[in-house]
Amino acid sequence: MAALDQTQVKEGVDQETVDAVREAGTYKYGWETDIEMEYAPKGVNPDIVRLISEKNEEPEWMTEWRLAAFERWTKKEEPTWAMVHYPPIDFQDQYYYARPKSMEEKPKSLDEVDPKLLATYEKLGIPLKEQMILAGVEGAENMPAEGRKVAVDAVFDSVSVGTTFQAELKEAGVIFCSISEAIKEHPELVKKYLGTVVPVSDNFYATLNSAVFSDGSFVYIPPGVRCPMELSTYFRINAENTGQFERTLIIADKGSYVSYLEGCTAPQRDTAQLHAAVVEIIVEEDAEVKYSTVQNWYPGDENGKGGIYNFVTKRADCRGDRSKVMWTQVETGSAVTWKYPSCILRGNESQGEFYSIAIANNYQQADTGTKMVHLGKNTKSRIVSKGISAGKAQNTYRGLVSMHPKAKDSRNYTQCDSLLIGDKCGAHTVPYIEVRNNSSRVEHEATTSKVDDDQLFYCRQRGMDEEEAVALVVNGFCKDVLQALPMEFAMEAQQLVAISLEGSVG
Amino acid sequence: MALPQAKQTATEDRLAVLTMPDAGCTRKAREAALSRLREMGLPSRRDEYWKYTRPDTLTTAQAPHAALFVSDEQMMFHEFDRLKIVFIDGVFSPEESDELSLEGVSIDRLEDICCKDIHWAKELYGVLEEAGQTPVQRPLATLNTAFATDGVAIHVKGKPSKPISLIYRHASETSDAILHHVIRVESGAEVTILENGPAASRFNKCMEIDIADGGKLHHIRAQGRDHQRRAATHMFTRLGRESVYKSFTLTVNGVLTRNEQVIELTGDDAIAHVAGACVGDGDFHHDDTVFVTHDAVNCESRQVFKKVLRNGATGVFQGKILVKEGAQKTDGYQISQSLLLDEDSQFLAKPELEIYADDVACSHGSTSGAIDETALFYLRSRGVPVKEATNMLTLAFLAEAVVEIEDSEVAEKIVNRLEDWLARRS
Repeated sequence: MAALDQTQVKEGVDQETVDAVREAGTYKYGWETDIEMEYAPKGVNPDIVRLISEKNEEPEWMTEWRLAAFERWTKKEEPTWAMVHYPPIDFQDQYYYARPKSMEEKPKSLDEVDPKLLATYEKLGIPLKEQMILAGVEGAENMPAEGRKVAVDAVFDSVSVGTTFQAELKEAGVIFCSISEAIKEHPELVKKYLGTVVPVSDNFYATLNSAVFSDGSFVYIPPGVRCPMELSTYFRINAENTGQFERTLIIADKGSYVSYLEGCTAPQRDTAQLHAAVVEIIVEEDAEVKYSTVQNWYPGDENGKGGIYNFVTKRADCRGDRSKVMWTQVETGSAVTWKYPSCILRGNESQGEFYSIAIANNYQQADTGTKMVHLGKNTKSRIVSKGISAGKAQNTYRGLVSMHPKAKDSRNYTQCDSLLIGDKCGAHTVPYIEVRNNSSRVEHEATTSKVDDDQLFYCRQRGMDEEEAVALVVNGFCKDVLQALPMEFAMEAQQLVAISLEGSVG
Repeated sequence: MALPQAKQTATEDRLAVLTMPDAGCTRKAREAALSRLREMGLPSRRDEYWKYTRPDTLTTAQAPHAALFVSDEQMMFHEFDRLKIVFIDGVFSPEESDELSLEGVSIDRLEDICCKDIHWAKELYGVLEEAGQTPVQRPLATLNTAFATDGVAIHVKGKPSKPISLIYRHASETSDAILHHVIRVESGAEVTILENGPAASRFNKCMEIDIADGGKLHHIRAQGRDHQRRAATHMFTRLGRESVYKSFTLTVNGVLTRNEQVIELTGDDAIAHVAGACVGDGDFHHDDTVFVTHDAVNCESRQVFKKVLRNGATGVFQGKILVKEGAQKTDGYQISQSLLLDEDSQFLAKPELEIYADDVACSHGSTSGAIDETALFYLRSRGVPVKEATNMLTLAFLAEAVVEIEDSEVAEKIVNRLEDWLARRS
């Protein structure tokens, strides 16, 4: 059955995509949009922080908040504990703000958005017109019309280009807009929640982000509301030498539900680029949030040149009783990944889940995992992590499961599996397990192995070429995680798994 | 990089009360160790490798006071036919020890090596310790190399008829012992080393073991019951082709124990198993830190650690399997489990894998929890009283570590000790 799916996917890819893949090596989003940009001067200092705040037309309190963060950042040291190696980053040799000139006057509706920008997202398969369904997703057209709707907030370098379905969402009481808009329109919500999950001085990159974040998405789901469609943000880095610092804030009020998708791509360049995002999620009583990411930033070429440095802080705070959060990530891109989506299980009976696939090929380095901090009684967490290394890549799972003394009768299950393709890559597991009460049960298992020869032989015997066979075996290895993804992403992820491993065998 | 001021001060304070023994052929190694120690400094609680165990009482200038544990209980292994080497508070006792001669083995005291300019142990003393300093620093072992006051050098050339037993007695409430042993097992030779006793108020022990191709070493250790004793031990083991190293440690009480095992498999087809069972009550902190490096083809390593904790006891496990590039066909296994008998006890673990070869099978598992209620119910429904049923399940839990001991007689003694502990505490 799985074999059939694989073939369908291959057949479904049109000639344009095939050509794009050929041109871009294995990275099909490596092209660049030729658009006139406006930059803030290079480097970061209080003036730049003020400038970003000014460009976003922020109130005084926000500017102060940023400046305080910058002050703290100057006293912080870059973390070195992760198993990633890269040349020192010159934080003064970056642009911290870049926006398309055409975005100077904020478009009032999607119709006013620069056609070049719309074309960019269309090419990426992200529709910014509401009548269009998510393009490039196999099988989506067969779904009932209602089920296909995905509201999109599109972020291009430092600014949000537009958000779809805002009116329809408003009817349901859902607020979905860019964070710059939220700061202006809903300051009471932003003030109440911003920085409460990831404190300003949480870590080096989060502090930098707090000072210079330029845009991002804001979601508020009012009590009792089940968000009528999936929400999605698509991040695109286009400008050269520009860091992207986006900030996402999601608030699920009592008894609400939302599923949120995030996608990212960047052009292919020789120089490494910085991306340091912060995502904060607040989950109140009985609410549930699903957060899915397909991270496909440019990974650098096969010699390890260029690529995105992805230093991301993502955290969910399950404040209310019976609240639930689920992180699902497919990490195939970026030259360096440093990312640990975490759950603070504060409410009694709250639940956290983390499903991850991290694929590193060529010279990619990924150090990723999660933290599950159990504070409330009867809390549950589940971690399923699949790491795949090929070429000369290094893949590390790093995680923490902490059961506090008061988190009675809590439960954790962790499964970390690593797969090695080739003898020049590495797979590492660094879990921290802290159990401070005895009514909780914690289980951790990890395995490391290579692609099973018998399975490969079986596939080859049935006429698949080696690359196809490896992709199939790897997809099988990742099944637990792929199943946790929303349908749209699951398809894309399966293709990505195959594409990311191209050239890794033989 | 310069040391932080606090660390430097703490290190110098400790060094100020130590004197390097007249060192003979080990002088060079000792002096080099001292300068290495000054570079790295003694561990502090901010060091990542000491995240779960506070090293302060192990590094103070004076050893903390530790009351002697008085009991009419016989010391472990007393009924065994063995060659006894006794240290009282870290000082060799010729009166209580047997004559240091045994067929197939030559044994020298560290003191004697120091008087000779040429001795085989010179090639080993401080060498494996130094090699074991990367990627993680172990300053307490370096301090040991520089300042060890006693110890033995055991050269195994054949298959001695009985085990060599190192007995550590504790007699003074403020003793601070630093012992350093070196052991070489020649090709095809085989030996069993027994270690037991509380040793001193504070005990710093370092053992360097070099096992040549086809050699075998069995190591069984029982750390003494003195409640207030502290111990930091390091065992550095290098294995040649087709050699075997099996080590088991039993720890019953002691306010602080940190046992580090640093194992390097350098020859193909070598086997290293390390296991430990510990039972702790109240003011008890036990830390097993294991670092296994696979640097050859088709080697096997196994780590099995079980901890039973109650009344606020703390158990720590830091284990790592490092498989170097080219170490194909590695079979690495690691399990760490704790049984928490009450609400106040805790278990902190960091089981790591670092793998640079693809044709390997490595796995690790770690669990923590209370006694299984279903199993308890099953036993009770069959008429077993709750205390007895709890003991039965606890023993069954520990048994998985005890079965790692090959010698059934020794295993039985260990089980007896565990039963005694349970009986005392029930």
